[in-house]
Amino acid sequence: MVNRTTASTSMPRRVAAMITGRAITLFARVLTAVQAIWQGALPDSRVQRIYYANHSSHGDFILVWSILPTRLRQQTRPVAGADYWGGSGLRAFIGRDVFNALLIERQADGRSTDPVETMAQTLDEGSSLILFPEGTRNLTDEVLLPFKSGLYHLAKARPKVELVPVWIENLNRVLPKGSFIPVPLMCRVILGAPLWLAEDESKEAFLTRSRDALLALKPGREA
Amino acid sequence: MENAQSDLLTVIGAIGGVLVLASAIGGILHLRLSPNGENAAIDNLNDRIRSWWIMVIAMSLAFLGGKAGVILLFGFCSFAALREFMTLTSANRHDHWSLVCAFFVVPPIQYYLIWIGWYGLYAIFIPVYVFLLLPIISAFRGETRNFLIRVAEMQWALMICVFCASHVPALLNLKIPGYEGRNVLLIAFLVVVVQLSDVLQYVWGKLIGRRKIAPALSPSKTVEGFVGGSLSATAVGAALWWMTPFNPWQAAIMAFTITMLGFCGGLVMSAIKRDRGIKDWGHSIAGHGGFIDRLDSVVFSAPIFFHLTRYYFSLG
Repeated sequence: MVNRTTASTSMPRRVAAMITGRAITLFARVLTAVQAIWQGALPDSRVQRIYYANHSSHGDFILVWSILPTRLRQQTRPVAGADYWGGSGLRAFIGRDVFNALLIERQADGRSTDPVETMAQTLDEGSSLILFPEGTRNLTDEVLLPFKSGLYHLAKARPKVELVPVWIENLNRVLPKGSFIPVPLMCRVILGAPLWLAEDESKEAFLTRSRDALLALKPGREA
Repeated sequence: MENAQSDLLTVIGAIGGVLVLASAIGGILHLRLSPNGENAAIDNLNDRIRSWWIMVIAMSLAFLGGKAGVILLFGFCSFAALREFMTLTSANRHDHWSLVCAFFVVPPIQYYLIWIGWYGLYAIFIPVYVFLLLPIISAFRGETRNFLIRVAEMQWALMICVFCASHVPALLNLKIPGYEGRNVLLIAFLVVVVQLSDVLQYVWGKLIGRRKIAPALSPSKTVEGFVGGSLSATAVGAALWWMTPFNPWQAAIMAFTITMLGFCGGLVMSAIKRDRGIKDWGHSIAGHGGFIDRLDSVVFSAPIFFHLTRYYFSLG
């Protein structure tokens, strides 16, 4: 909990955040019967990681967060858009206090901080990150959108950190865009083998390779 | 009534005895052959036995809780099975409202109808009303791709997981002369025979099974397991005639019928699993897989057992 940005947060608020976090995690687990499948990485390893996942629902980072063992969870921060999770009110409470999200400014125009730099600094503090390299929720019929370059720049800035692909299956069916009643379909979170940026690897090659590694985790009908 | 209660306790006690024996055998096999988990089949066997303890305890509590207990238990099982089935269907975001109804409206209505004993409606609610109304909800969304597949799969899921499964508690509604207050034993008879048949087929298959009976559908099922399991389950069913409204011969015929249906139900559900490329329906029950893996044979035998009993033995 060293890196929690809660110095200015009051005690009751922190307790409320902890209880809310537990409640949300429990709800996500009961609703989706989520099953974590560690295919290439081990859950108990103490290494620092960037979990990068497909993004189709606001619940994505909640689901990834809820399958992490408690110790890993405490040192893992989801990267989220400041435009949605920032501000004030309930969303900000959930984003900042409950999930300790690292808020970044997604729009390049007029932003005061560089997202890659912010993420690199957070890694330097010892945290792991949950990142959605598509940059936005995928609401199309495409399986996976092209990656933004953020993952590459981050991998270049901190080349030793493990990049673990995470495929989130079915959550977009549980709560599709525009609906407010979730249906209890079962979800799976599949974590693949870690990868790193190779020396002299071009941006395009790396983004293609990391995207393919994520796609390879998607279970096919004929498994 | 008290008679029924004491008969029920006898059955539960006997099953408890079988489980103690099974746990002892599993424990010995574990110590002798697989102390460090070298033998996956033995570990799986012990997982299964442990899960059986939980299932038997849950079932016993439900039975002792009477009608409310039985309806709550099977309502819960229906819901758990439905989510496993719906997860594998092609239902997509355009079917969201249909899914909301399928999960949160249809099962409560079906089980409420069983609670109030309205046979005329619970026998046709899902096959007629839901069958016609659910596709309308999906159609209103205007997405036509895979439409028939989507609505057919959702209907299948509801028929199997809710309609068929609800015929187990529906047995409580039968009015059989001279059997008043004992209907819960009819459920115990059905569940014991079906599940015992599954277990005995597994045991016979492990002991002497050689020839595969349906290699394309279920690679673990053998001819020897099938014959040995269904004959011995039929024999046990006949021996349990005292808890039913049947005489020993009728009990044997009923037991044989539900054993056959249970076996074929397992094959049908296996065919679906193979098509979808999965081994188990879920992961909720250690050693067994999902709820549907354990319920498939009950689901296939319950409605026909219900109607045979109703036609031949009941006043309506």
